[in-house]
Amino acid sequence: MPSSTVLVALLGMTVVAYVLGRRRSVRAASNTGLTCHSLPGYYGSYVAIWCALPALLLYCLWQLAEPGFIRTQVLATMSAATLELPEAELGLVYNDIRNLVEGNIVSGEPSDEILAAASRYMSLQRISNLGLMLAVLIIGLTTLGWAFRRVEPGLRARNKVERSMELLLMAASTVAIFTTIGIFLSVLFEALRFFQQVSPLEFLFGLSWSPQTAIRPDQVGSSGAFGAVPLFAGTLLISGIAMLVAVPVGLMSAIYLSEYANPQVRSFAKPMLEVLAGIPTVVYGYFAALTVGPLLRQFGEGLGLSVSSESALGAGLVMGIMIIPFVSSLSDDVINAVPQDLRDGSYGLGATQSETIRQVILPAALPGIVGGILLAASRAIGETMIVVMAAGLAANLTANPLEAVTTVTVQIVTLLIGDQEFDSAKTLAAFALGLLLFVTTLILNIIALRVVRRYREQYE
Amino acid sequence: MSSHAQGVKERVARGIARRYRRERNFRLAGLGAVLVGMAFLAFFFYTLIGNGYTAFLQTHILLEVELSESSIDPDGERDPQTLGRANYQGVIRNALMARFPQVEGRNDLRDLFALVSPGAGFELRNQVLANPELVGQTIRQWLVADDDVDMLVKGHMDRTAEESERRINDSQLGWIEQLEADGSVARHFNHRFFTSGDSRDPEMSGIWSAVVGSFFMLLVTLALSFPLGVATAIYLEEFAPKNRWTDLIEVNINNLAAVPSIVFGLLGLALFINFFGLPRSAPVVGGLVLTLMTLPVVIIAARASLMSVPPSIREAALGVGASKMQTIFHHVMPLALPGMLTGTIIGMARALGESAPLLMIGMVAFIVDVPESPLDPATALPVQVYLWADSPERAFVERTSAAILVLLAFLLVMNASAILLRKRFERRW
Repeated sequence: MPSSTVLVALLGMTVVAYVLGRRRSVRAASNTGLTCHSLPGYYGSYVAIWCALPALLLYCLWQLAEPGFIRTQVLATMSAATLELPEAELGLVYNDIRNLVEGNIVSGEPSDEILAAASRYMSLQRISNLGLMLAVLIIGLTTLGWAFRRVEPGLRARNKVERSMELLLMAASTVAIFTTIGIFLSVLFEALRFFQQVSPLEFLFGLSWSPQTAIRPDQVGSSGAFGAVPLFAGTLLISGIAMLVAVPVGLMSAIYLSEYANPQVRSFAKPMLEVLAGIPTVVYGYFAALTVGPLLRQFGEGLGLSVSSESALGAGLVMGIMIIPFVSSLSDDVINAVPQDLRDGSYGLGATQSETIRQVILPAALPGIVGGILLAASRAIGETMIVVMAAGLAANLTANPLEAVTTVTVQIVTLLIGDQEFDSAKTLAAFALGLLLFVTTLILNIIALRVVRRYREQYE
Repeated sequence: MSSHAQGVKERVARGIARRYRRERNFRLAGLGAVLVGMAFLAFFFYTLIGNGYTAFLQTHILLEVELSESSIDPDGERDPQTLGRANYQGVIRNALMARFPQVEGRNDLRDLFALVSPGAGFELRNQVLANPELVGQTIRQWLVADDDVDMLVKGHMDRTAEESERRINDSQLGWIEQLEADGSVARHFNHRFFTSGDSRDPEMSGIWSAVVGSFFMLLVTLALSFPLGVATAIYLEEFAPKNRWTDLIEVNINNLAAVPSIVFGLLGLALFINFFGLPRSAPVVGGLVLTLMTLPVVIIAARASLMSVPPSIREAALGVGASKMQTIFHHVMPLALPGMLTGTIIGMARALGESAPLLMIGMVAFIVDVPESPLDPATALPVQVYLWADSPERAFVERTSAAILVLLAFLLVMNASAILLRKRFERRW
């Protein structure tokens, strides 16, 4: 019996609870001749909430505790020889047992011991499910009965139901906080394990990156090098190229669209630029790798330059195009927020439109524009698919945009694609890089959001 | 007039031409910037459509296929198992040999057999299984051509090039031209592209399993992010006191909206797969990760639409005795719902195009079967694009472009419906 039946049963009980509570309130009102404090539906909801919530809580706790409990119980019956295996191998044995139970492919012919353990696992699971069913039923019925008996015209059911709804809404709003904490902890945790094997100084300042760890201990070149400076340099180079494209183009189009363009042009061109933001990054990556890369190569050959087919320039150019709408729409907002008085004052002194823009509007809008550029930079640094598809894998420490470089995000992806073990420095290195990426973009974002916010307040 | 004023006037007059020139240049620079964006967009769609539209057609070869009873069903019982096990590839080879009786020798025969896709045998098998009466007949059948033949017929391969420079050799070219001469080569609508899963043979591969995977993922994302996002927005906008805690939540949401998507992938890998032990490559995990990613978008949109409902609505409801909860759910929510839905659709569109976090949680597998539930291994449409973009065969280039066109069409429909929704229900108070 799968544990989802328990949930279905609980759902049924909740519906029954609603009907019972509602009916009791109506009866009570007609019997006593008093008017109920709340509408009948609220009494129904009151009983239903009492029936469902405690049982649901129990269900969740049970589900969390069950795997660990079964594991200890199953392992307790196994032979001493098995138990003396190192932790990782014991885990493999236990996995075999579970695969056997679930009817998956098992490694090798299962021994008698494993077969016995598997049958024990199955019986434990059956008992656990039965127990869960019983416990949920008992708790659900008890609380249902308790709440049901409390239903009377004087009970302020609406206030109680609304209070619990408010708590529910509040709980939902904490998901955002938990996500951030979750990201930080999960990345930090694995990164700390990485720093136990590789010193943080070597990681931050080392000049060579070749994350190959040995499969056999006696392998040549087994140590691997985890100096991340080439990755930072590559990331900065590509993001720098992207910003060189995106900032002038984005800013100038924002200025043109908000100051010069007539409404028809604006209503056509603005959504067109926004389309650029809606194109999936994997599509940009494909475009950079298959169209822009070869094009640059041909162009370079014409000039007598050797351009790598996975050059930083190609990835950076396409990334820059992708970021244009971020820069332009943020700058557009900011420029529009500059009060008309400033423009009128400048025109009154005889300045031309471009002089007004350059000497009055841009300085006034500068903080907001800088904030927008920082946000765009954080997006460029964290952008993944374009560089995965169009930038290289080799960690070159170079400032030549015509060569192939690699970035932090490319390395995270290459290290984590495919099956990995969570105890090799190679896999954990990805999390260390992820931590760095998260912290960098976090700082950029916070500064940018703060600058933009303060700027908005200035003119409101 | 003093000579001093005269001097100023002259200086201004001399400067005016220069200032107007600079004004014009500045304006042109702005126009140029807008045009750069547009030009890229035009170039982008031009190459994409130019590369991709041919993938919607597939080359087929017409052959007389003899489904003789002796080779397919020697027992004569029409038992589906026997029918399923028969050597249909051999049947097709016989048909090719019958068409070109002059071809002899192992190498030449192998070249000849390579004209038809290895998948054609499976399709013939399914056809016979669906209709066992075909056994014993000779049918004229359009068979799927191999991807190299397809490329040649579509003109992606230069027929005049040196033999060593193309993947079709001279004798194969001769046979194809012979077939073309009597109308036995034709391009038909490529239904396989829309109905089958991934394959190593470009001519047999399709996007359906990826589309289904994406669908399951979006289903999970929608089911979680809409209620959670709306609940958060209602709490923050209507209930939350203005204090440090809610300020922190706000900063957090704004910041999460700008965290790189790959970091969400790391979270999914470490938390959902490594810690909670959820299955790899499953749409449900992908959906969870995308939920966390789209949640800020939904929250921000939902808050904006709650904010746009004028306070008079709330005051009126409160004035006739509604509780705060009733005010919000009976009066404010219905008015804010179109805006919330618009934001959710835009968030969904972003989730549909996202691929980086999915690489982290193992949704890059080679998936042939169509997933039947959110727990089956699956891939997503943008990830399929990524996988095909890495494949060396020329035929995958057009398929990648075609898959991108399908993906963009989905995005277009979603965004257009969001805009329509906004236009239809937008109210100015």
